[in-house]
Amino acid sequence: MILAAILFIPVCAGIVAWLSERASAKLPRWVSLAALAVDLPLVVALWRAHPNQGSGGDGWIAEFQAPWLPLFGSSFHLGADGISLLMVGLTAFLGCMASASSWTEITKRTGFFHLCLCWTLAGVLGVFLALDLFLFYFAWEFMLVPMYFLIALWGHEDRFRAAVKFVIFTQLSGLALLASILGLYFVHSRATGVSTFSYIALLRTPMAPSAGLLLSLGFLAAFLVKLPAVPFHTWLPDAHTQAPTAGSVILAGLMLKTGAYGLFRFSIPLFPGAAVLARPLAILGVVGILYGALLAFAQKDVKRLVAYTSVSHMGFVLLGLFAGNQLAFQGALIQILSHGMSTGALFILAGALQERLHTRDLSRMGGLWAVVPRLGGASMFFALASLGLPGMGTFVGEFMVVLGAYRASVPLAVIASLGFVLSTVYSLSLMEQAFFGENRRGWKVPDLSIREMGVVALMIIPLLWLGLAPQAVIEKGKRAFSTASVQTAGGRGAPEAGRVTPEGGLR
Amino acid sequence: MPPLLPLLPLMVIAAGPVLIMIGLAVTRSHRLTFSITLAAILGALGSLGVLLPLVPTQVGLLFLFDGFVLFYSGLVLASGLVVAVLSYDYLKGREGAPEEFYLLLLGALLGALVLIASRHFVSFFLGLEILSISLYPLIAYLRDRPSPIEAAVKYLITAGASSAFLLFGMAIIYGLTGTMEFPEIGRRMGGLVQGQLLMPVGMVLLIIGIGFKLGVVPFHLWTPDVYEGAPAPVAAFVATVSKGAVFALLLRYFTEVSLRDRPALLAVFTIVAVASMCVGNLLALFQNNIKRLLAYSSIAHFGYLLVAFMSAGALRVFAVTYYLAAYFVATLGAFGVVTILSSREGDADEIGDYEGLFERRPWLAGVFTLMLLSLAGLPLTAGFLAKAFVVASGVGSTLWLPVLTLVGASGVALFYYLRVVAALFREPGAPAKRVAGVFGGPVFSLRGKIVMGVLFVLLIWWGVYPAGLMALISLIGIGR
Repeated sequence: MILAAILFIPVCAGIVAWLSERASAKLPRWVSLAALAVDLPLVVALWRAHPNQGSGGDGWIAEFQAPWLPLFGSSFHLGADGISLLMVGLTAFLGCMASASSWTEITKRTGFFHLCLCWTLAGVLGVFLALDLFLFYFAWEFMLVPMYFLIALWGHEDRFRAAVKFVIFTQLSGLALLASILGLYFVHSRATGVSTFSYIALLRTPMAPSAGLLLSLGFLAAFLVKLPAVPFHTWLPDAHTQAPTAGSVILAGLMLKTGAYGLFRFSIPLFPGAAVLARPLAILGVVGILYGALLAFAQKDVKRLVAYTSVSHMGFVLLGLFAGNQLAFQGALIQILSHGMSTGALFILAGALQERLHTRDLSRMGGLWAVVPRLGGASMFFALASLGLPGMGTFVGEFMVVLGAYRASVPLAVIASLGFVLSTVYSLSLMEQAFFGENRRGWKVPDLSIREMGVVALMIIPLLWLGLAPQAVIEKGKRAFSTASVQTAGGRGAPEAGRVTPEGGLR
Repeated sequence: MPPLLPLLPLMVIAAGPVLIMIGLAVTRSHRLTFSITLAAILGALGSLGVLLPLVPTQVGLLFLFDGFVLFYSGLVLASGLVVAVLSYDYLKGREGAPEEFYLLLLGALLGALVLIASRHFVSFFLGLEILSISLYPLIAYLRDRPSPIEAAVKYLITAGASSAFLLFGMAIIYGLTGTMEFPEIGRRMGGLVQGQLLMPVGMVLLIIGIGFKLGVVPFHLWTPDVYEGAPAPVAAFVATVSKGAVFALLLRYFTEVSLRDRPALLAVFTIVAVASMCVGNLLALFQNNIKRLLAYSSIAHFGYLLVAFMSAGALRVFAVTYYLAAYFVATLGAFGVVTILSSREGDADEIGDYEGLFERRPWLAGVFTLMLLSLAGLPLTAGFLAKAFVVASGVGSTLWLPVLTLVGASGVALFYYLRVVAALFREPGAPAKRVAGVFGGPVFSLRGKIVMGVLFVLLIWWGVYPAGLMALISLIGIGR
């Protein structure tokens, strides 16, 4: 029941926010912020009540089931384990930040803006909570429409093109996902006679490895586009750059995570037969790390630069998920959370810069440290977090991923660790171009306001927590790994990988 | 003499034009004519309820009333109701006498009902001709303008040609099997000598005739011109009632004459479906005229429907019916918005006419957005679930080529639907003169608002929690 509440509070808040615009243009902000701020303690309460549960194997922390499409074998089934709870918490938290950071940026159609914001978040929450594959697909597609409006209506100069590109990429890969989900549904119903979309039932679907391989391709298409993995990333720089600040925060901080979550929750445990794909996917991850970092360095547009760093950071996640051992997996989990914080914050700061300077062009900036010291300091913190300074979450995550990858494949780990060097280069180059040097243009703009300082300060806390005391998250990751079966990339170093699917099911 | 009670809906609808003609002899009143029309359609809808305990029942050789017929009749009648209401406001502001319009509308509805209930070539052909002949004058109703006349002539010629194909096909099949009843044809076809060349020829001719009516590739050439030229409510009628009734008939015919045993026929349908999805969506990309865009999109939608049509198993009828219901609602809604925005000067059919609509008429823009999203198959709308069911039926019958085409084509389709949606939200330029409600012009009535509101609610309801509709559709079955 509490899960349904977590999901429906933003849905209702969106409608209330939309209607409240008639009373006052400022009211919708408060409504959406309040709704998300209510969600957060609910998640924390659930987390504290069940400190020891990691993943579905230990049973779910909370479940909610209601009939939805009974004839089709689909029900409104929500469930949370430790990992999905972490993701839900991240969603509520970044949602608050996104809402608070659009306080002054959005002045037109505030009601509709906050409707879209809340519904995008509701879609993301649905993805993290769904235990029914059809419901999952519904939520997966549902995120798209309000996000399209966020980009297309409140975005920057080239917003329509970016929004359409985003929708077409995700929808096309989403339909491939649908075809695969339905394929799995029919394989299951032919084998067992039961037509159901229930995740728990489908986990035990007996199927030929070749069929599993084919079906897993549809899942991979959707998740790799969202993640994004390198050949499928071209929508990302456009969408992230053109979106308003709140849209960029949600895109980078949450939507990319739905791809990672999908890989972990669905692709890997549903298709043990597709383990042969683990190595190529790990290689894709490494390519993403280097490619994203190199392109980030070449960008002149602040938001575009940050967008490409996402490609690089998510490469670590992909590598961690498919390296096939517990260490790398735990690293990927921490990386997901800390990337959400650091990149979300960088987008907020980039948005704050654009709001003041009306440009995102790095070559027109310079010497801003003296003008906006608080903004500069905050940017420095998150740039350092992004380059993987010890003490922050990103360091722990990326280090553990590379350590784990080393056990799977030495060359991959060595190449991936080059990413550390490159991330230092682009992060410092960003700082150098924007904040140091000479203020040639004579910028004179106000510094961060108290509200913005508050947002930034709130985002520093979890990043430090992940960097200094990541044990709680690592613990969750350990349990999740041991129950949800991660296949090996190299075949080495994964004796601890238990399989959910019974051995008989593999034949 | 068979019991005639099951024919009640047909009789009620047929009584409408008679009453209207009597009324017109006394006095010309738009309002009275409209009221009779509404009464006839509502009466027919009500009489479907009377039939409910009687199904399945056969009337003579010609008609069969089962759950399938009742559902489709209800769908067609409800759409007729929507079109009638939209037409009332549309005709009120225009030149010429509006009364005969309803006469023709009821005639077309009668044709559609006959088509849906037929189980015999004779009733099939009769229904089709009643429908088509009523549609020619409906399309050309605003006869002082050039484009409706052009559209009607185009429709007349293609419909005439397709009827010829159809008749020839029927003749061949009758000649070979000696019967015109669908179930009997299905039974006797199995007994025909292998290698019999005439049978496939007859079948293909039949499919060509039906293909023309559905506007699927390669028989689609009339669709954009007719949609563009016809008055907006008539275009809505052609897109929904006319095509939907023919599709219902196609489904019945190829259930009695099993499709799965005939790989050659399946191949023909595969080619038609794939071509419709690709051509419809690709050509829609280049349209700047909303009515033409909707025409090309309807070509693609019938391609999607054919995917479900070709599948086998329990999901087949279900997926087709759900998809048609969702398509009906979204198409009526989209054309409804076009109707409401059209002024005396002409229909509001350029994309430019819609720029900044969200600023001027937020509710209308919201409804239009939702209808387009449903046609595009995005969530919260009936179109999303409908497309999921179609993909399900295709995957369930391992029709990989059509399903993959559907996936690709839907991606392309997003581009042009979102292009229109983006226009709605763009900063308004100088609005065109012909857009109603900008410089005075007719403002739409409460009736129109209610109809659009109902369509809006249905679209969301069927897209979010459709358990009721699903239960209803799963009850119907061909012959049950």
